[in-house]
Amino acid sequence: MTHDALHPAVELADPLLVHPVTIKKMTWETDDTFTLDINLGEVAQDYTFRPGQFNMLYVFGLGEAAISISSDAAEPGTIAHTIHRVGTVTTGLAQVKRGEMIGLRGPYGSSWPIDAARGKDVCIVAGGIGLAPLRPVVYALFRERKAYERIILLYGARSPMDLLFRVELEEWSKEHNVEVLVTVDRGDSSWKGHIGVVTTLFSYLKIDARATVAYVCGPETMMKYTIDELERRGLHEDQVYLSMERNMKCAVGFCGHCQYGPEFICKDGPVFKLPRIRPLLEKKEL
Amino acid sequence: MPSAALDLMHKESLMQAEDLTEVIRQHPFLADLSKVHMEVLVGCASNVHFAEGSYAIREGEIANKFYLIRTGLVALESVVNARRRIRIQTVGPGEVLGWSWLLRPYRWHFNGLAVAEVRAIALDGECLRNKCENDHDFGYEMLSRFSRVIERRLEATRMQLLDLYTTTPKVKK
Repeated sequence: MTHDALHPAVELADPLLVHPVTIKKMTWETDDTFTLDINLGEVAQDYTFRPGQFNMLYVFGLGEAAISISSDAAEPGTIAHTIHRVGTVTTGLAQVKRGEMIGLRGPYGSSWPIDAARGKDVCIVAGGIGLAPLRPVVYALFRERKAYERIILLYGARSPMDLLFRVELEEWSKEHNVEVLVTVDRGDSSWKGHIGVVTTLFSYLKIDARATVAYVCGPETMMKYTIDELERRGLHEDQVYLSMERNMKCAVGFCGHCQYGPEFICKDGPVFKLPRIRPLLEKKEL
Repeated sequence: MPSAALDLMHKESLMQAEDLTEVIRQHPFLADLSKVHMEVLVGCASNVHFAEGSYAIREGEIANKFYLIRTGLVALESVVNARRRIRIQTVGPGEVLGWSWLLRPYRWHFNGLAVAEVRAIALDGECLRNKCENDHDFGYEMLSRFSRVIERRLEATRMQLLDLYTTTPKVKK
């Protein structure tokens, strides 16, 4: 495999070694999604990750799940995962208490090529839980704010109750040269914002197609429609990056559980440049 | 009325038309409309304003206008029963509100509630329909533009119906 901005050569000492870590804090973001702040303890000194990467979180007696890291890569010692409670392991993770121990191995996978956006506008498009792996990108952009031009964040969720990181969205929207547009698929009378799918937000924007890099994460159908919108606005496929999701087992490309055509989502992804993954997005059988 | 007063009224109406033309040109829906067609259209246009909480359109009423939204946000609501209204989508700056004026029986299918103060250009539906009938090139231009809007809305509605963010829990809560 060749190494590029998405796949810098990182050798894990033992990629399958599970480290014991403790729960520092748990915050419910919505009815079924929560953020776990994890104290890395003994591994803290050696642990680094890049935005877009994931860890395997192990609930003893239940099993492992691949979860994206949603915290700031520049904050050492503690990392956060924002988790949608949907299966056995994520339900187990929702039940662990502060101070209790879980297993962690990682980080794994490719990362968002943030350097590709230096000197350019950044268009982040997130749907649902897809905002979680993109939050570290926002932190990284703000950390070196002058290195990037306009930041656009388009975020769609099912309903106002399902919006993640509401306080931060509000804070980010107040920053200079940052546009945060939020929409929900279903709104009630208390919701004063946009209603409609995330792609409808593009009609409120003028995008400088030649100088914009787009990072997209959400359900695959949403990403396909988003690609259409970006291309309608003149972005070339080389300017678009996606994060893919599949069930994972080993996380290092041994087991083939997450195989997607010739790619392994765990090892070659989850972040891909669009041209590399595009032919697979069109195949119904995958 | 003295001719000086008529001249003044004529000049004022020309100035208003020029102002409106400029405003309409800034709206993405008609930004690249030819000068000839703009002159046809501007006679049917007027500036309107809807306060937050007021209705721009009401389900069942005659659809005799459409709106080019300049600022603010309109929520399209469907009335389910006396107590329940569902908000289906919002229409905001740079977008078009309403196409029921185009097709019989020219009645609104939704309520359009201003959830934030709205400034818009209203275009008189009957006036436009007559101009479309009299000038088929103009009519084709209008129908082409509305077809694109309708296609995008249909696409968005299909995507909305897919309910993409729902994940069926594999375990009981």
